[in-house]
Amino acid sequence: MSAAQGHAREIGGADAAERIAEIHIADLHAYYGESHALHGIDMTVHRGELVTLLGRNGAGRSTTLRAIVGLIGRRTGSIRLKGEEVIARPPHAIAHLGVGYCPEERGIFASLSVEENLMLPPVVAGGGMAVAEIYEMFPNLAERRRSPGTRLSGGEQQMLAMARILRTGADVLLLDEITEGLAPVIVEKLAEVLGVLKARGYTIVLVEQNFRFAAAMADRHFIMDHGHVAEVVEAAELEAKAHVFEEYLSV
Amino acid sequence: MLTDLLGFPPQVLFGQLLLGLINGAFYAVLSLGLAVIFGLLNIVNFAHGALYMLGAFTAWGLAQFLGLNYWVALFAAPVIVGAFGMGLERFLLRRLAGVDHLYGLLLTFGLALVIEGVFIKLFGASGQPYPTPAALTGGINLGFMFLPWYRGWVVVASLIACGATWYIFERTKLGAYLRAGTENPKLLQAFGVNVPLLTTLAYGYGVGLAAFAGVLAAPITQVSPLMGSNLIIVVFAVVVIGGMGSIMGAVVTGLAMGLIEGLTKVFWPEASATVIFLVMAIVLVLRPAGLFGRVA
Ligand SMILES: Nc1ncnc2c1ncn2[C@@H]1O[C@H](COP(=O)(O)OP(=O)(O)OP(=O)(O)O)[C@@H](O)[C@H]1O
Ligand SMILES: [Mg+2]
Repeated sequence: MSAAQGHAREIGGADAAERIAEIHIADLHAYYGESHALHGIDMTVHRGELVTLLGRNGAGRSTTLRAIVGLIGRRTGSIRLKGEEVIARPPHAIAHLGVGYCPEERGIFASLSVEENLMLPPVVAGGGMAVAEIYEMFPNLAERRRSPGTRLSGGEQQMLAMARILRTGADVLLLDEITEGLAPVIVEKLAEVLGVLKARGYTIVLVEQNFRFAAAMADRHFIMDHGHVAEVVEAAELEAKAHVFEEYLSV
Repeated sequence: MLTDLLGFPPQVLFGQLLLGLINGAFYAVLSLGLAVIFGLLNIVNFAHGALYMLGAFTAWGLAQFLGLNYWVALFAAPVIVGAFGMGLERFLLRRLAGVDHLYGLLLTFGLALVIEGVFIKLFGASGQPYPTPAALTGGINLGFMFLPWYRGWVVVASLIACGATWYIFERTKLGAYLRAGTENPKLLQAFGVNVPLLTTLAYGYGVGLAAFAGVLAAPITQVSPLMGSNLIIVVFAVVVIGGMGSIMGAVVTGLAMGLIEGLTKVFWPEASATVIFLVMAIVLVLRPAGLFGRVA
């Protein structure tokens, strides 16, 4: 583990007031054309934390991630990444602050081979995983490196979508429903990968339907509803605030 | 021999096949440029014929005013016209990103009319001669036909341009960006690739290919303001047949349509001007996305 990552863990354990905010969102509004999807989101994620965005379908979780990486054309408010205001920056500039994005639809490119997909995202910072290490983590991808990206199974595509952002050196990972529709063994594998990443000091925002998957690792949960953050639940408050999950997540 | 049986001397058959191959080479290079542009800009570039003409005029101007020869023009004209194209993309076409295809079509069609109008005003509608480069005058008698060196060179140069484009697209990192940008430009940009810049470069490259074809055509067709508008209609039919957005499809369809046109000239001359449109109609009925097009 590099010195920087060790440092990140140390900071992760420090007092909240002294911690460095990797993501600091204030009064974020986002629009799809005329439709107003986010109504003033406030959210802070510190370095080395793993947080989840939970909520019903259409609550605005994916939109929040898209707004952070700059994929929502019209957004207002403030998004600070590692201290830099990015609300007016184009997506390619935001990525170079060290942000890796794994979209809900996975976004594997059909006209690229598995290996081309893996090598596609430009390196945005030092300290990314070596290709050999990634293939060790996801042996299936190594076997199928020459196949077209979309020839992979759903689980393999999801691993590819994760793997390609680990190569870039991004240390803020925005992961949108990575376990959706996947077999339990693959979900387990992804949980194991997330555990490794958290231990290495990555900052992770996880959009999840699968609450059990997320609860074990998360430091904090943001419960979203109708484009707002309805509640923030710390890991320690899970028991005490069980009613919140009942209220906002049960269908 | 089959050709003798049918009553055609081989010179006629091979002569027309060569002509067909040359036309096909132009179709291939031009439709390739259109495919590259369509991939990233989602615009059917109706200015393509005018930019092809600009390539020929640039070669002519370089010779006329700067005394630069064909070989210099073959590299310089695509760069100059490509740079002009990048300016068009940056300051005009980019504003149409995200609106209906129709606007891009109208804008590029209007640009073609303006560019051609300006050149008719400046140089008249009739052509300016452009000499065949000295090294490629004359030809060789192959026994069954006479092959002018320059015509052979046009085919070879076009195939090199197509092969180089294929290599860039399929075998390089830049090509992976271009393919990914064609599929999902937003995600590619979210990964940190400067997609607006990539788009400008792709337009410049497609336009450069058109200008390259224009320089190749200059010694054959003369250099005239409307040289592109005559050709481009057929090229659009080729693009419809091949399907938008496939590199190999553009090249293969271009060459094949040239050859079909040539053969039709031998066997049924009256139909040679319409055969490509007939093929287009059939393809549109049977495979609306084109022979190589991906069905969306
Ligand atoms: N591309 C889009 N165009 C227009 N509206 C959209 C678009 N994507 C999402 N929305 C709307 O924005 C709101 C928030 O959607 P979002 O995708 O962020 O929800 P989510 O919390 O990720 O839920 P899920 O992924 O389960 O649907 C919803 O009302 C949705 O209908
Ligand atoms: Mg979503």
